[in-house]
Amino acid sequence: MLELLATAEPGGTSLAQALLQQVANGIAKGSVYALIAVGYTMVYGVLQLINFAHGEVYMLGAYFSYYPAKWMGYTTDPEDPTFVPAKVPLYVVGFLFVCSMACCAFLGMLIERFAYRPLRNSSRLAALITAIGVSLLLQNGGIMLFKADPRGFPTLIEQSSVDLGLVALTNTKIIIVVVAAVMMTGLHLFVQKTRPGAAMRACSFDMRTARLMGVNVDGTIGLTFAIGSIMAAVAGVLVAMDQPTIDPLMGLMAGLKAFVAAVLGGIGSIPGAALGGLLLGVTESVVGTFSTTYAEAVAFVLLILVLLVKPSGLLGKSGREKV
Amino acid sequence: MTALLQTSGLTIQFGGLTAVDAFDCAIQPGDLYGIIGPNGAGKTTVFNMLTGVYLPTSGIASFGGTRINGRSPAQVSALGISRTFQNIRLFDELSVLENAMTGAHQHAKINLFDSLLRTPRHYREEKRQRDRAYELLQFMGLEERAGLPARQLPYGHRRKLEIARALATEPRLICLDEPAAGMNTGEKAELSALIRRIRDELKVTVLLIEHDMKLVMGICEKIQVLDYGKTIALGTPKEIQNNPKVVEAYLGGD
Amino acid sequence: MHRTLLLLVVGVSLAFGVDWFLGEFIEEYVVRIINLCGIAIILAVSLNVINGLCGQFSLGHAGFMAIGAYVSAYFTTTLRVLNTETGETVVRAPLFDGAWGFVPALLIGGMAAAAAGLVVGVPTLRLKGDYLAIATLGFGEIVIIMLTNFESVGAARGLPGLPNYASSFWILTFAWICVVSSVFLQRSTFGRALVAIRENELAAEVMGIRVARLKVMAFIYGAFFAGLAGGLLGHLLRTISPSTFGFMKSIEVVVMLVLGGLGSLTGAIVGAIVLTVLPEALRDVEQQAKLPGIRMVVYALVLILLMIFRPQGIFGQRELSLKLLRRLLPGGRK
Repeated sequence: MLELLATAEPGGTSLAQALLQQVANGIAKGSVYALIAVGYTMVYGVLQLINFAHGEVYMLGAYFSYYPAKWMGYTTDPEDPTFVPAKVPLYVVGFLFVCSMACCAFLGMLIERFAYRPLRNSSRLAALITAIGVSLLLQNGGIMLFKADPRGFPTLIEQSSVDLGLVALTNTKIIIVVVAAVMMTGLHLFVQKTRPGAAMRACSFDMRTARLMGVNVDGTIGLTFAIGSIMAAVAGVLVAMDQPTIDPLMGLMAGLKAFVAAVLGGIGSIPGAALGGLLLGVTESVVGTFSTTYAEAVAFVLLILVLLVKPSGLLGKSGREKV
Repeated sequence: MTALLQTSGLTIQFGGLTAVDAFDCAIQPGDLYGIIGPNGAGKTTVFNMLTGVYLPTSGIASFGGTRINGRSPAQVSALGISRTFQNIRLFDELSVLENAMTGAHQHAKINLFDSLLRTPRHYREEKRQRDRAYELLQFMGLEERAGLPARQLPYGHRRKLEIARALATEPRLICLDEPAAGMNTGEKAELSALIRRIRDELKVTVLLIEHDMKLVMGICEKIQVLDYGKTIALGTPKEIQNNPKVVEAYLGGD
Repeated sequence: MHRTLLLLVVGVSLAFGVDWFLGEFIEEYVVRIINLCGIAIILAVSLNVINGLCGQFSLGHAGFMAIGAYVSAYFTTTLRVLNTETGETVVRAPLFDGAWGFVPALLIGGMAAAAAGLVVGVPTLRLKGDYLAIATLGFGEIVIIMLTNFESVGAARGLPGLPNYASSFWILTFAWICVVSSVFLQRSTFGRALVAIRENELAAEVMGIRVARLKVMAFIYGAFFAGLAGGLLGHLLRTISPSTFGFMKSIEVVVMLVLGGLGSLTGAIVGAIVLTVLPEALRDVEQQAKLPGIRMVVYALVLILLMIFRPQGIFGQRELSLKLLRRLLPGGRK
């Protein structure tokens, strides 16, 4: 901190400005966490399962847009010095997003149908180990198919810096924040206002009663996985666009931290996922101004602190055992 | 004679709702004391306050002259109050004998290293616990099933095992929460006799919550009636039977 | 007491005999796998006390291992320490020299891990189930990130040059000690109390079992042996880096337990052996099939299928005994 003060220009404004800039970066980062965290929180709400494979769905979301782009001739090959990125028309960008969302939704439902559904009546631990197994399978399958080294993601949108008065952000980061905000709001409205949303809430409240009341439980669980995966897919493409590189292990830490964000906000709560994601992203970025290595620890320190004060997360409800 | 368990104004509220309102009682050593009342009258909540499971909102409970509200369940148990549960809470994966032995754990005067190094003290402690647990299983008539995992016990025996386990803590007061629930007439008669023997032979004071009026009237000497968290009557079985308030509470007259 | 001493003597002689036999007749590659199995057994059996007996879902075992590994290495290894004032690198000789210095170093590593167990166990008492799991996982990650920031132990590059002290003899001796003491723990008033907490925490508390104290005890016990195992692993691999002890390592140990049947000590041992040998066996398959990466894919598939078809693990909560073997074998009594 002292070091930073010393290098900063005279007067306190530049430190304040640097911090403000980090807060802005953190909001972009946190938006991504929030998008992934929603998938964790929704699945946990319904099945009480930590879907460890969710981080891998996010990773595959990026690849599910990389390959179509490649087949259409839009590639970035860092090996080739003469390569000039072609300008990607907007409808193609849209198509790539939709393609990735559809593939991930299908993948999420597939995972639920074949890996988790057979275990719905066995112990939660068995389901958790299966989730870890699916995560390992997708990760290592990814390494086999896509090779472990990072790949350059085609330039869907030319990056440029946008001056927002107090802070400046790249246009891709602004897109991340806007898209995430729109999708999170949409999801919240969907869950609160529509019939399938009500079915989801019913299932997460009490699955057996929901079934008795005529809710199609299997369908609702499938839908939950599909929606969570769609959000992760969008996060995957957005991050790939911003970085712009992708690799088969990108889902590991991002997934873990997004899960931490979901727990921070109170698992099972969609606004909680948004709050947890933003809190985590901003704190990480701000700490990152002082030490990049310790910024990695922020998520876990924050997690432990929050759980110690409020064991059910910030917006979570605590249950009482009936004696 | 001073009371073994005395409470005054014991009250608990759950989010504005008063579950038990100013519960007063005085239980003498050697009593066989019953608490009855319709469903939701707050009987189990009284037990939960007495055994440290719930923290009373206000009021005082003292046991043998020591204040017990605000103490943890383990501390209350160490002072000499034990209990059973309405929804049976056995340790299903342990054997019947081991279940009873866990009750005796709190009096173990050995440390972890005694057990890890298998010192003579470890073996003495194991023998003490096993002997005591076996005695109590015999007392409850469960000795033939000592080696069975608790989850394989039939229902009536599960209730008895809970009592054996509670007795293994060497209590001065045992709180039985609907011990006859789900039993048939024959089992109930046998249980009544056992409860009396707990008081007469083991010299443990008994506090009993029960739905079955016949059983309570048959064995309890003093009965306290709760309705909507309030005490509406207190007296001998005969007095209770003739109390119009009690009749009203049970028959639900307006 | 006599029995304990006898068991110790038997264990040490067995370890000595096996060590000699392995060195004389068995190829180095196989010996290495056996050593890794021994370490895995310590990890799985000690985690079984926390997760299996006490029912506390800990995902922080790798963090305790890391502490044990780095602390023991600190005493046995030549370090290059940067003097911040002069800017020079100073070579520091090992504090404990020779193979007999290894055991004290290991024990100190174990005790440091046990202290960490206390530090983790106390504040997380309020947490249950998945919340505890994620908090302990967080603890493990914090340990790794801290180590990544310690320049004197090589930061992210890791610490090379650990002496070659972890012979089969020491690994098997400590595995034996861990197994015997865990059996003794399980079959004692403390073991029963731990299971009581797992089965019904409220009833355990009402029976006068001091739940908080026993939970922390389980954490300390498990962490101590995890620390020992970490020290042994470090001196077997001879280079340690923070990434060796990432959260996947913790998960690996949990998987061993669940595979064998959570709560079953023999299950933990079998799970540890299977999950150590399986990836190695698959390594051969991978080389012959010329499909790099297929190893972990198959490993993951085996895991998923096992959980779907036998979610209670190989043994469930039972212990492997001759009686059970007879029943499981074809043609045995049902």
